[in-house]
Amino acid sequence: MMMPPPAMPAAFQVEKPVPGPGMGDFSYVGIDAILEQMRRKAMKQGFELNIMVVGQSGLGKSTLMNTLFKSKVSRKSVQATSQEKIPKTIDIKSVSHDIEEKGVRMKLTVIDTPGFGDQINNENCWQPIMKFINAQYEQYLQEEININRKKRIPDSRVHCCIYFIPPTGHCLRPLDVEFMRRLSKVVNIVPVIAKADTLTLEERDFFKQKIREELRANGIDVYPQKEFDEDAEDRMINDKIREMIPFAVVGSDQEYQVNGRRLLGRKTKWGTIEVENIAHCEFAYLRDLLIRTHMENIKDITSSIHYEVYRVRRLNENNTAIAHEGEDTHWGD
Amino acid sequence: YNGTCLAKKGEGARAVPLAGHVGFDSMPDQLVNKSVNHGFCFNILCVGETGLGKSTLMDTLFNTKFEGEPTQHNQPGVQLKSNTYELQESNVRLKLTVVNTVGFGDQINKEDSYKSIVEFIDTQFEAYLQEELKIKRTLHSYHDTRIHACLYFIAPTGHSLKSLDLVTMKKLDSKVNIIPIIAKSDAISKSELTKFKIKITSELVSNGVQIYQFPTDDETVAEINSTMNGHLPFAVVGSTEEVKIGNKMVKARQYPWGTVQVENENHCDFVKLREMLIRVNMEDLREQTHTRHYELYRRCKLEEMGFKDTDPDCKPFSLQETYEAKRNEFMGDLQKKEEEMRQMFVQRVKEKEAELKEAEKELHEKFDRLKKLHQDEKKKLEDKKKSLDDELNGFKQKKTAAELLQSQAQQAGGSTTLKRDKERKK
Repeated sequence: MMMPPPAMPAAFQVEKPVPGPGMGDFSYVGIDAILEQMRRKAMKQGFELNIMVVGQSGLGKSTLMNTLFKSKVSRKSVQATSQEKIPKTIDIKSVSHDIEEKGVRMKLTVIDTPGFGDQINNENCWQPIMKFINAQYEQYLQEEININRKKRIPDSRVHCCIYFIPPTGHCLRPLDVEFMRRLSKVVNIVPVIAKADTLTLEERDFFKQKIREELRANGIDVYPQKEFDEDAEDRMINDKIREMIPFAVVGSDQEYQVNGRRLLGRKTKWGTIEVENIAHCEFAYLRDLLIRTHMENIKDITSSIHYEVYRVRRLNENNTAIAHEGEDTHWGD
Repeated sequence: YNGTCLAKKGEGARAVPLAGHVGFDSMPDQLVNKSVNHGFCFNILCVGETGLGKSTLMDTLFNTKFEGEPTQHNQPGVQLKSNTYELQESNVRLKLTVVNTVGFGDQINKEDSYKSIVEFIDTQFEAYLQEELKIKRTLHSYHDTRIHACLYFIAPTGHSLKSLDLVTMKKLDSKVNIIPIIAKSDAISKSELTKFKIKITSELVSNGVQIYQFPTDDETVAEINSTMNGHLPFAVVGSTEEVKIGNKMVKARQYPWGTVQVENENHCDFVKLREMLIRVNMEDLREQTHTRHYELYRRCKLEEMGFKDTDPDCKPFSLQETYEAKRNEFMGDLQKKEEEMRQMFVQRVKEKEAELKEAEKELHEKFDRLKKLHQDEKKKLEDKKKSLDDELNGFKQKKTAAELLQSQAQQAGGSTTLKRDKERKK
């Protein structure tokens, strides 16, 4: 089939007929082959993802990470601890893993924060975390402004921070509000209700509503942030997600036999909770959001918005050490 | 902070097997979707003498008619004209910029021909560098104008490269990906063409010109790319006119002795060029431009401006500190200049003041002189007046005395007069 030459030279469509094996399809230029080229390049380079988990001890952070990535990626699996002692101050520990699926390679880094919120006096417990996040931005910035810089700057910036809310069923605690308020300005926060198998469905809905109200009242913008929706389609998808936040999750790395199938779950005397069953808990939604649909978007927002904000601030300062970040300066309030 | 790394980032990450399907194999799809939404950008520079068919080839490559009329041959210097077009194919939007060198090779003295081209390429790099160095920057939505591919059109003489070609390509090879092509190759016979290609390649090698090599590190395309590398430079023919061959309409050039079909691989290498340039390596061209040519430019430019990564004592400099130092230096210079100007101003004021004082003094003196003159004159006049008055007084006195005498004389001399008269009568 032949396309007549278009009348307007400025913008036009080049329709492609059935593409033959590289011969004689003269109206097909082949511009869309660039998508394939990009995909090849991406497969070759691999992807990087850095997730931080924050929450008090005992909320199931490590288990959830293992469940999300279907492998032993948490700190506890790597570091043999016979006795887990609650550290006196917040420790920030990060572990990197190389995982591969269907030819797609990913370097996953899980950053754990044991000791968060565990002390008697938890004032300023967000400081070490803010410092860590800013230190990653700083490292990236330093590499970026080098004269001789690497071909691909290694990305250690925290892309996503999963915040674990204990399933009290009432409302957010002041610690939660404080932490999320400060950190939502520098990193993408995804709040989740941990160990949601202790809440009935009505309690869960009530709890979620309270949490959403409180987040709104305190002006806390969690991922996906309303202001970064790009178009109507995005807004539609993200609005649906925003109505479900925070996700009520249950984690497990044990498999049980349910109806003849082997499923991940938690077995109790009164029944088995299936982790991936959306009627039981919202783990599947969290996994889809984080990994299957919005991963690229999360990384994008980190690099083009949070990092740029840091960069602007940093370049405008006169050598004030960022080491003082997190203290109650004007920033973050 | 108390941070420790159990595994160092970048090295020694443990390989972990997955127990089930996680789903991040959708990452390339997510990436591709994002790019599709964002659109792509590709910039081609066509360098070659006027009349080698550059515009026609672009039209043929992208299957459309770009605007513009053929250029005259009497341009005084080499200019670069760029035009941007929005193309769309299925769901891919491409912002294509075609830059043409107008007047290349037309001058009598072509020594400076390459300069405007190098300048143009550098300007695009500079614009990107400026954007990258800005404090508030919008790299995400920046319209990239850096040249991704340079098609160098070689005239089909059949013998060898012209020296203008060698010089220009040598100047451009470290700034842009050069793809040399033999233009209007229907003017050369097949056997001559083979010899020509060999000659060109050997001349390029012996002069150390780095042309773009299609990448062979990815197995999917390594084979086709390395074959194509052997066919460089591509001998092309461009045409937007269609001729009926058999029962199909094909792009061709019709001569009395036969028809040259553009897309027939036996006739010319057009299909190869299109494959390589667009369908296989467009992304690699863009990446090479960014990671090799642009980085080189950036490094040279920043070093030229005096920035270094480490100072002579091998302690790392931060860009921030260098900025500060430079800015202080600049402010210092500025202040010095200001001081100088102020000094000069003060001096000039003093001089002017002195001048004015002089003038004032002179005026005073003049005034004094005149005043004195005036007084002298006045005195003289007064003296004269006085003497005149004296004379007048004297005269008056004499007059009154004379009158008195006369009246006396009249009284006494009424008789005297009579007496005199009687005397006379006697």
